[in-house]
Amino acid sequence: MFLSRTLLRRHSVLPGFDLALGFTLLYLSLIVLLPLSAAFMKTATMTLPAFWDAVTSPRVLASYRLTFSASLAAATLNAIFGLIIAWVLVRYDFPGKRLVDALVDLPFALPTAVAGITLTALYAENGWIGSHLPFKVSFTPLGVFVALLFIGLPFVVRTLQPVLEDLSQEFEEASATLGANRWQTFRLVILPILAPALLTGFALAFARALGEYGSVIFIAGNIPLVSEITPLMIISKLEQYDVAGATAIAVVMLMLSFVMLLVINLLQAWTRKRQGQ
Amino acid sequence: MAGPSLSSSAELRNATAEPPWVRRVLIGLALAFLTLFLFIPLATVFFEAFKKGWDVYLAAVTDDDALSAIKLTLIAAAISVPLNVVFGVAAAWCIAKFEFHGKSVLLTLIDLPFSVSPVVSGLIYVLVFGLQGWSGEWLRDHDLKVIFAVPGIVLATVFVTFPFVARELIPLMQAQGREQEEAATVLGASGWQMFWRVTMPNLKWALLYGVILCNARAMGEFGAVSVVSGHIRGQTNTMPLHIEILYNEYQFAAAFAVASLLASLALVTLGLKYLVEQRVKAQLSSARQNNAIPNGGTPA
Repeated sequence: MFLSRTLLRRHSVLPGFDLALGFTLLYLSLIVLLPLSAAFMKTATMTLPAFWDAVTSPRVLASYRLTFSASLAAATLNAIFGLIIAWVLVRYDFPGKRLVDALVDLPFALPTAVAGITLTALYAENGWIGSHLPFKVSFTPLGVFVALLFIGLPFVVRTLQPVLEDLSQEFEEASATLGANRWQTFRLVILPILAPALLTGFALAFARALGEYGSVIFIAGNIPLVSEITPLMIISKLEQYDVAGATAIAVVMLMLSFVMLLVINLLQAWTRKRQGQ
Repeated sequence: MAGPSLSSSAELRNATAEPPWVRRVLIGLALAFLTLFLFIPLATVFFEAFKKGWDVYLAAVTDDDALSAIKLTLIAAAISVPLNVVFGVAAAWCIAKFEFHGKSVLLTLIDLPFSVSPVVSGLIYVLVFGLQGWSGEWLRDHDLKVIFAVPGIVLATVFVTFPFVARELIPLMQAQGREQEEAATVLGASGWQMFWRVTMPNLKWALLYGVILCNARAMGEFGAVSVVSGHIRGQTNTMPLHIEILYNEYQFAAAFAVASLLASLALVTLGLKYLVEQRVKAQLSSARQNNAIPNGGTPA
């Protein structure tokens, strides 16, 4: 009764508000909020210099650089190819299109460990793909990029598809009538309409890549200062029983996650607004 | 190519469509990218799994450690999916059918586990239940084990799959509005009668959709489970962790054999998802057309 009296904005004849919200808040607190707050409370027991040392040691700094740059590069390539794939799936017909459409979600459904060992085998020097390449992919930073490319692929396609489907051809017709060629129409009319969704997909892929672990650790080779990602630094601190150090890095990652969550929420609001117009 | 001999209708079509060669190049690019990064890896899993023949494959998936890993994976999914279903329905009920303060904050918090790195998701449970953690001493005194034991694996799985069901149910329930439930209540149905006879039948496809996605992630989770598992063979290894151990021991054929089971699960998931998705989409768009836009939902 307390919940409905204090929180409800409008009376409703429907029952179950107290029970449903009470359970929701309890479950959310026990499973998500309480454990997450443990990370912040653990770092609060550290001295500032100890915290700073843990999150800025050379190995950890190198891992930030790799994680950030590989995620950025993978999300960028995903945005470009995601746009092409979404465009092809919405606008064109070709044999096997529905199968391809269904398989685009494979990186969501395939467990990351399976993706990890498979990509490693494929891109190793004696692998199907790796043996045809003049440079090493598996066990180098390039391998990290390949794994993140795989993981992020569906995000851009799936955020763009509904927007492209709803896109009315009138704008393109108007643009063509006014004398624009197809490329001008795409660049000046279609792309600005797609921009919010494209950026949202990019941000989603980027955020996922920053935290990704399972698909990356097999292919990365995990060479200190060269191909260690930040989540791996947490694991390696834990293996040395340095729980405080691991938590300090986790808090840095959590802050970054919260920033990304905020950015994505803003981008989604922008997409909705653009769609509504 | 566009010479004056083209008919006027062809020119009209050309105005809002790309020339054929551009189409072919784009389709080619898309398929080449997908082949390189999706289809070849998928085929590789099965190719590597059967490379050394059926006997090696069967031996790998019926090995005692493999079977106990399969069992633990099924247990973790069997506990975490129903828990998140109950939560998803409860959360969707209050968010979709009522107007209350703090709703948007609640919505953001529900999505939070998706933006947390899997490794961090595991770590936070170590901080609560681990030996040096909040309840570590109490658990040890009472001879209870959460971390490096099955409860920790289940908790980590619940965390990473937390939003799946709720985020499928919320938009659909918002679009469906509350008139049907209000009618049932006014006509004298009790709360549970209304829930089972009106709400649940409206939700079944979206619920199934959420369960499919939730289950796939629950069975495949690696990072979070890896942190809390302790990798005790035959006891705290799930299928993805068992794959890692086999792989690190250079038992590649066995690793890919177990991986092929998970890859098959992924394919079944995609198939079911594809079938159910159509129904959910149809239901959602018809609900949006029938109802005025309730609760600030997106106009269709």
